[in-house]
Amino acid sequence: MIYLTRKIEFSASHYYWNPEFTPEENRRVFGKCANRHGHGHNYVLEVTVAGEPDPVTGMVLDMKELKQILEREVMEVFDHKFINQEVSQLDGKIPTSENIACIIWTLLEGKVPGGRLHHIRLYETPDLFVDYYGGNAAR
Amino acid sequence: MIYLTRRYRFSASHRLHSPRLSEEENQRVFGKCNNPGGHGHNYVLEVTVNGKPDPKTGMVVDLAQLDRFVGEEVLERFDHAYLNADAESFGDKVPTTENLCIDIFHRLRAGFVAVPVARVRLEETSLNSFEYRGEEGRTP
Repeated sequence: MIYLTRKIEFSASHYYWNPEFTPEENRRVFGKCANRHGHGHNYVLEVTVAGEPDPVTGMVLDMKELKQILEREVMEVFDHKFINQEVSQLDGKIPTSENIACIIWTLLEGKVPGGRLHHIRLYETPDLFVDYYGGNAAR
Repeated sequence: MIYLTRRYRFSASHRLHSPRLSEEENQRVFGKCNNPGGHGHNYVLEVTVNGKPDPKTGMVVDLAQLDRFVGEEVLERFDHAYLNADAESFGDKVPTTENLCIDIFHRLRAGFVAVPVARVRLEETSLNSFEYRGEEGRTP
């Protein structure tokens, strides 16, 4: 089994605010992230696909096709967007990296050609990232 | 299940030397790392916790709480320290980055109760890294 990873970068802004909390609670729980004007990150997304190399091409999948899927499913949704206002998939959810990763998984699941979506890693900053393997599977 | 990883930095020195080996054996096994005066590294520590995002906050862990705990339990202890002098962490064990990684994992696993600590990864240099998930830990 080969694990193949493709990386993309997008820039987006967000803020954390739970309407069920009081303004004071929001500021206490979310700190600077509660600033309603939002703040931004250069997100880095790594998408890992598991599969066997095709005997004819030697490739697990067509990278060009994967790149197009990531462009369509992720970049168009998130790049240069204010996530709270422009990404409806996250309506009602706090747009943390945890929740963004889960949404990206659902956007990609079943659409990766030639292999199985194994896991995604989303960097919010170089020092903070989340890994998601889908569903409830530990791995 | 989400695995969230935070990276931290600290600098420390150590000398790889085992009292169970002769001087010649120490030299042969540890090479430059056996230099009597010790040597140092800029360590990068990755701490991974796992859990489900809290529906109210969207977060697996309160990062400020994790930062505070790692700061107090790990960074204050090891930053700018000579690891060989830390008898509580190493006893008669050689303070290799393997053993340091295991010690940090146990400190965090035992003391940080908010969410499980799944993994500790420690970069000794940009070319060497070590990872520990506990004895029961699985690799992806």
